[in-house]
Amino acid sequence: MGWNRKILRVDLTRGTCTEEPLNMQWAQDYLGSRGLASKYLVSEIDPKVDPLSPDNKMIMATGPLTGTMASTGGRYTVVTKGPLTGAIACSNSGGFFGAEMKFAGWDMIIFEGRSPKPVYLHVENDRAELRDAAHLWGKSCWETEETIKHELQDPLVRVSSIGLAGESQVFYACIVNDLHRAAGRSGVGAVMGSKNLKAVAIRGTKGVSGIRDFGEFLQATTAAKKVLADNAVTGQGLPKYGTQVLMNVINEIGALPTRNHRDVQFEDANKISAEAMHEKRPTDGKPHLVTNAACFGCTIACGRISEIDKGHFTVKNSPKYWGASGGLEYEAAWALGAANGVGDLEALQYANLLCNEQGMDPISFGATVGAAMELYEMGVLTREQIGLEAPFGSAEALARLAEMTATGEGFGKELGLGSKRLCTKYGHPELSMSVKGQEFPAYDSRGIQGMGLAYATSNRGACHLRGYTVTSEVLGIPVKTDPHVTEGKPELVKAFQDATAVFDSAGICVFTSFAWTLADVQPQLAAACEGDWSMERLNEVGERIWNMERQFNNAAGFTAKDDNLPPRLTSEPARTGPAKGMVNQLGKMLPEYYQMRGWTPEGVPTPETLARLGL
Amino acid sequence: MKVTFKLFASLSDYLPAGTRDNRIELEVEDGVSVAELILRYRVPQRSAHLVLVNGLFIPPAERAQRRLQEGDELAVWPPIAGG
Repeated sequence: MGWNRKILRVDLTRGTCTEEPLNMQWAQDYLGSRGLASKYLVSEIDPKVDPLSPDNKMIMATGPLTGTMASTGGRYTVVTKGPLTGAIACSNSGGFFGAEMKFAGWDMIIFEGRSPKPVYLHVENDRAELRDAAHLWGKSCWETEETIKHELQDPLVRVSSIGLAGESQVFYACIVNDLHRAAGRSGVGAVMGSKNLKAVAIRGTKGVSGIRDFGEFLQATTAAKKVLADNAVTGQGLPKYGTQVLMNVINEIGALPTRNHRDVQFEDANKISAEAMHEKRPTDGKPHLVTNAACFGCTIACGRISEIDKGHFTVKNSPKYWGASGGLEYEAAWALGAANGVGDLEALQYANLLCNEQGMDPISFGATVGAAMELYEMGVLTREQIGLEAPFGSAEALARLAEMTATGEGFGKELGLGSKRLCTKYGHPELSMSVKGQEFPAYDSRGIQGMGLAYATSNRGACHLRGYTVTSEVLGIPVKTDPHVTEGKPELVKAFQDATAVFDSAGICVFTSFAWTLADVQPQLAAACEGDWSMERLNEVGERIWNMERQFNNAAGFTAKDDNLPPRLTSEPARTGPAKGMVNQLGKMLPEYYQMRGWTPEGVPTPETLARLGL
Repeated sequence: MKVTFKLFASLSDYLPAGTRDNRIELEVEDGVSVAELILRYRVPQRSAHLVLVNGLFIPPAERAQRRLQEGDELAVWPPIAGG
């Protein structure tokens, strides 16, 4: 059946942990993880709730394939109303925590209320209890994990926690598990901090039971793993070079947002690329990259483990950063690098380590620094206000601002607001490179038209992982489309959005979609889960999830006006590269997209659409 | 005429030893095609997945016909992806 049929409800206000049966009708309609947890969330909270109030809830959820032998089946999601955006938030993480939750016998954990004092949740199979976390408050994610493992005398316990950023409710704080995997976007860590919940520690020894037809499942997962192994991207490219291999590609096509999207190409892109990670440093003769790494059950292993240059100015007096650790991935390298004009790979890794250590989303942090640097160059922000010189390209400023934001020191508190609030405060809201308050990832939509529509309509604010049309528009998977045209993009975006909702809800990694289509996922789900899991059904589930999220956002106060891009992207043409002279033509795509979705011209699902999807 | 040839990721092994920044400047005869230049550096056809001239994608069927011009930048990647 895939599911454990059991959820844990934790009332932090009252300090209770209660077991409940999983709503199996909802499991049939929303599958698991992102979809199923979102169904619980929208059914239990007021869409207009203050995200940082006790009335918001936070759900950690697995999917039916989490913890199984399906490749990449280690994912879990954190679903809540996000403080950065005010929209529904769903942040997805790998590592080993999700599988452990499944092994302990739970499909999801619902946190509600607010604890009167810092606590952490300890789950050991069926037993769950809240424990005092006074001694953990003020500690980093790394220290928290180590301390909990020590006090439980269990090195195999899996820990998800917040660092200082979550405690101080940085609007883009994340939740870190297994040292350097994170539910990263939309500020889910700030919600956890607002609930005085420092960490969740889980130990599960039950394994996964209840697969509908084990023989069929073994056959389906083996066949699907072969597809990943035989594919040049998932079998060779990603393990060797990781996601960061995109740095030179996206720069070459003129879609690498640079210096807060002032430019679309970065002159130092090669210095912060995957290729650079492999090169020996002149300083110590070692390459930055130590090895690749895999999350639970993953046969791709795209993760990066690197070692920083011990003599670099950022760490020469801080031995704790000298060991091999996570990063750099493409998004972090871009946001900390090109977005600020910084081409110092070691400085980027230092800032990335701080993000992992204290729990901050490097995309939103880096992009917010980019906005601050533009305000500084315009003279709107001064050296006195920031506390240091902060021109574009300053590795020193990047490193110092990362420290200040992680610890809430000085101007770091303002950076912790995110770019929208920061730029609005200083009179230039147009300089926030965001949608619905969430900062863009590493693709400039002037050079990749479909991504403009994907960003504008993403249910969690600007995000590449809700409809990653780069796969088709740039990489030619499954078919190559022209990134400079708008024709066909509404259909492409919708197809990616709906399919991604299924991948996320199954409990697997969306990176499998470089080799798999839904037709590869379907036999695995059908073998694992009871019920009808035909292709038609999966497509319907994906579309249902998308519309449910949209309805929540509409009820929270979002309208079609929020399906928009900053004026820089729609009115300032790209200055160089193959997209020179182009802007994003969102206006040409959006009406057709609404129509294809079965929404009104105001972006509201029609009664017919809702009835068709059973919403 | 002068063109720039760039090979990335695992294809960088096909560039001359000591090449920096994944790029070499070449003096080539007029009219050389994209496919010819790729072949000249012994890049296996199946590995030349993403082929860009001045940042614009050249589909496989057009690579033999597409002639390079003075100042063109030809960049090639094997199958790769990210996110």
